[in-house]
Amino acid sequence: MTGNLTLALLIGVLYGVGTYLLLQRTLTRVVIGLGLMSHGANLLLLAAGGSAGAVPFAGSTDGGAGAGTADPLPQAMVLTAIVITFGVTAFLLALAFRSWLLTGEDAVQDDVEDRRIAALEPEEHPHAARPEDEA
Amino acid sequence: MTRVLVPLPVVLPLLAAALNVLLVRRQSLQRVVSVLALGGVLATAVLLLREADRSGATVVQLGGWAAPAGISLVADRLSTLLLAVSSGVLLAVLLYAVGQGITDGRRTTPAVFHPCYLVLSAGIAMAFLTGDLFNLFVAFEVMLVASYVLITLDGNGPQVRAGMTYVVTSLVASVLFVTAVGLVYAATGTVNLADAAVRLQDVPEGVRLALGLTLLVVFGIKAAVFPLFSWLPDSYPTAPSPVTAVFAGLLTKVGVYAILRTQTLLFPGSPVLSRVLLVLAVLTMVVGILGALVQDDLKRLLSFTIVSHIGYMLLGLGLASTAGLAGAVLYTVHHIVVQTTLFLVAGLVERRSGTGSLRRSGGMQQVAPVLAVLYLLPALSLAGIPPLSGFVAKLPLLQAGLADGGALALTAVAAAVLTSLLTLYAVGLLWSEVFWGPVADVVPDADRTDSVVVGTARTPRLMLVAAAAAVVAGLAIPVLAGPLYALSERAAEDLVARDAYVSAVLGDGR
Repeated sequence: MTGNLTLALLIGVLYGVGTYLLLQRTLTRVVIGLGLMSHGANLLLLAAGGSAGAVPFAGSTDGGAGAGTADPLPQAMVLTAIVITFGVTAFLLALAFRSWLLTGEDAVQDDVEDRRIAALEPEEHPHAARPEDEA
Repeated sequence: MTRVLVPLPVVLPLLAAALNVLLVRRQSLQRVVSVLALGGVLATAVLLLREADRSGATVVQLGGWAAPAGISLVADRLSTLLLAVSSGVLLAVLLYAVGQGITDGRRTTPAVFHPCYLVLSAGIAMAFLTGDLFNLFVAFEVMLVASYVLITLDGNGPQVRAGMTYVVTSLVASVLFVTAVGLVYAATGTVNLADAAVRLQDVPEGVRLALGLTLLVVFGIKAAVFPLFSWLPDSYPTAPSPVTAVFAGLLTKVGVYAILRTQTLLFPGSPVLSRVLLVLAVLTMVVGILGALVQDDLKRLLSFTIVSHIGYMLLGLGLASTAGLAGAVLYTVHHIVVQTTLFLVAGLVERRSGTGSLRRSGGMQQVAPVLAVLYLLPALSLAGIPPLSGFVAKLPLLQAGLADGGALALTAVAAAVLTSLLTLYAVGLLWSEVFWGPVADVVPDADRTDSVVVGTARTPRLMLVAAAAAVVAGLAIPVLAGPLYALSERAAEDLVARDAYVSAVLGDGR
């Protein structure tokens, strides 16, 4: 199987940018980051099926992928993966919107544990957040 | 005959879910449809288990496409055993949820519980039955999408916050899963598990190890293995009790099952992976239970015990011996039942006291002695007190570890014993805070608009009966310990001798 350098680089960039966005605090960026990452994964799956340009599998009657036809299996799998990603991203957007409606800001909220530790009185916990950090 | 039965655990709940969407306004009919569908799944699973134990794996090639190209469903001992146990648990939790009234629609939310719950059970069944890596991904997604809806059922502040963590973490795991599928396909040219098992033998050692580790990370996130567990105690406790119960009992176990299946079938006898699994087992057990000790919330405490006890199953898998695997299988069965029961009882306790906070509750054994009994039995079982199911399940694991005799295995055994003691401490802490002490005032329901009613002395009989049935099921495990362990051992032998699985799927059975 010959590799395609452009495709490989593109997949790498998509994963990289996706990971970077995923680590942000803004929910919209997280959603976009996940979208980019899953595009990277889908491309990877497609690239696993061999190089582009071969004739499609449709219409061949020998019952199997003969020499020279494109491998239909990764294409079918990528289609499934894309549809799943689409549906889940829609749900995630709805959830982010709901979060924005409830809290009024487009940000990942603090962990329950973190808030509990921050709420401890200073004498109880010497490393607790100082009052000016609360703002 | 059994060939017809194999797809039923997936098809029945999906059809019933579709029917339930149409019946959104007829909630009493929804209940009947759900109970009938899950009852049907339970009956099918028991039949399949009997058949698999008697005459080996039943394989169905979906759509008549032969194995490497099409999707195979494989009903062998391990998958049907777990399927039977989970469908029983699903049915009990469904009855509990109906009793609690969270399945009914309200002004703000339509009655979507039943369809989502059924889709969830279809996803779980598909994950157990599938013999195809990509179909396993689809099964995970079916299960997860339903769980996203269930975990944010009320759509209030805490649930949306927790749901966000849960959904994003699961999505990252899914992206990694697609990546792993792509890599496996690139390396072997197949996603059929049996076919991949054969072809991976020709793949260079380094590539095989990389694939094994990638899959371990993917399923490790789902199974809440250290250090990938932090999403679990943060997201599970905010959902209504029955939802948390079924997640706690089943979703992480599907991850464990996937680890069991892929590691034994695709990457057998890799010393590196075994060592990694043992180290992870030790860390998961110890870190998880230490987390549980400092919690103030009932359901958060129990969530940490889930994480901790996943370590036991990894321990059995990491030992890579038949005895270890048999112990892991038996432990999975025990943990599905007992952990679910504990969350169901936690829901009953919260309903009675009005709060999940340990500090604000007390004296429950005077107010509700029945709840105290219902809590104590599974709690002691979780800690592994003889003769309850936890003891029966831990014994073969520890014996297998001692039989292994390596330094790492012995460390893991020591960690397992320590974790058992700390678990006893954690559930004892919960007992002394909630059930002993002076009777605390009932905390009034903070949010009257959501589906969960708390702070009331009136407990619907159906909730109590469902929780009691789960407790009794947990008590039945030690009674049936002999045959159950023998069955686990046969399932473990199947896992070690891969040829039977491979030839059942790829052979010219059709």
